[in-house]
Amino acid sequence: MKRIYVNEKWCLGCHLCEYNCAFANSGMKNMADALKGKPIYPRIHIEGDEKIAYAVSCRHCTDPICVKSCIAGALSVRDGVIRIDRERCVGCLTCILVCPYGALAVGETGVMQKCELCLQNACGEPACVRGCPNHAIVYEER
Amino acid sequence: MAEYVIIGNGVAAVGCIEGIRSVDRATPIAVISEETHPVYGRPLISYYLEGKSKPEKMNYRPANFYEANNCRVLYGRRAVSIDREAKSVLLDDGSALPYTAVCVATGSSPFVPPIPGLETVPARFSFMTLDDALALEKAIGRDSRVLIVGAGLIGLKCAEGLRARVGSIAVCDLAPRVLSSILDDTCAAMMQERLEANGIRLMLGDTVAEFNGGHAVMKSGAVVDFDVLVMAVGVRANTALVKDIGGEVNRGILVDARMRTSLPDLYAAGDCTEGMDASLGARRVLAILPNAYLQGHAAGVNMAGGREVFDKAIPMNSIGFFGLHAITAGSYFGPDEGGELYEEKGDGFLKRLFTRDGLLTGYILIGQVERAGIYTALIRERVPLNTVNFELLKKAPTLFAYSQNQRRNMLGGVV
Repeated sequence: MKRIYVNEKWCLGCHLCEYNCAFANSGMKNMADALKGKPIYPRIHIEGDEKIAYAVSCRHCTDPICVKSCIAGALSVRDGVIRIDRERCVGCLTCILVCPYGALAVGETGVMQKCELCLQNACGEPACVRGCPNHAIVYEER
Repeated sequence: MAEYVIIGNGVAAVGCIEGIRSVDRATPIAVISEETHPVYGRPLISYYLEGKSKPEKMNYRPANFYEANNCRVLYGRRAVSIDREAKSVLLDDGSALPYTAVCVATGSSPFVPPIPGLETVPARFSFMTLDDALALEKAIGRDSRVLIVGAGLIGLKCAEGLRARVGSIAVCDLAPRVLSSILDDTCAAMMQERLEANGIRLMLGDTVAEFNGGHAVMKSGAVVDFDVLVMAVGVRANTALVKDIGGEVNRGILVDARMRTSLPDLYAAGDCTEGMDASLGARRVLAILPNAYLQGHAAGVNMAGGREVFDKAIPMNSIGFFGLHAITAGSYFGPDEGGELYEEKGDGFLKRLFTRDGLLTGYILIGQVERAGIYTALIRERVPLNTVNFELLKKAPTLFAYSQNQRRNMLGGVV
């Protein structure tokens, strides 16, 4: 299965992936309308310091503890992809408690959100990968 | 025909079914369900009262779950005993289910202390099951005065769920602080403030001495008049089925890391068990949903002839009240037990990291809980703190605290 990976050597820490992610999942046509002057809620985030940076998003673990811990049955695995049913999520944050990668976060509406590889939005391919200026983020089989 | 028998139909049972089916697709599974609902997320009942969930959204698995996993569910049935000689589970309707292996996933029951006059209270409830929540919902009205005995996770989630739907809520607890099982004094005070700011009246260090109808006389002498009573003092593991046939039982059914009880072909999982707490290094009842699933899964795999060890159980909770979230995990050792504490406090947030012998053993986060799982993993995996940048982790949970090599393993391949 293809997953998102980041090459630390090439990541500039520019945070563009965060903006592209938030835009792709906004459902809006224009990036400025979607993001300008608002707090953004990306499903990928940059960590590191001035020298080293890398992006973190859901690893789509083969043995996902978030799915096993969700109190609402809102997280599930379909074809290897960890999906979230945001209608079921009640925002208890148990997935934040258990994810070893810190890959889930509270979205704008108070329920959780996570990377679903842009399969659930109109982007067609992961927006973070497509928009990465240094090709540090890749979408591939490993 | 002999089949796998699961006694109970909660989240541990789901783990067990999925565990069995990861090894054995064929042998039928019988699930004995005292409740007449398909499995639902029990902790959702307070969200239901609050209007954040609905019964149809509370189902823990899709509608075809049992069928797709070749399970038959015996709704409204109760297991009364296990016959080890005949290898069968006896039900309350007199029937017997022959088994190849059994998983006891009977959960826990509310503990109701024998307070004088309790039987004179006309509207009294527990708050464990969906049926409890539905019955409670019928009993309340806009002006109801609700008294909740117990300021633990169950009592306070009930209070939050009811707050906008009733006239007043008072919660009492013999402990001097709220959430005494997961929070220390400082942290509890912060949560208490939030609860009180939202109209929950707390009476701590006090409990009911005597009931007389809708009238409670407290130990302190105070008097509380109420319309609806919720008893949420605590729970007891349902251990009788195993205890009755000589299985080892303490506060819960004793299980090893493969979820075996002391008796052959008898496994147990979930709130009814007492297993090893990896953060404490001792046995403990860990009645939390993730452990129920993980224990159930391990039980299922082992029942079906596979091999799965679950030895990373730790206490962990994520709980919020009126928008203030607390995430806690592990064990908090005091200085007298060789523990050390790192603390940070600010406006609306609090962080306590507990370390001992070079390991993170526990933490409490209130208000700022982002990426808490990075801390949880340090506890579960017993990561030596001298292999990570703990100074950085004190500031915030981040994978940057790991070495580049470790990080490459975490982020650079399939995990």
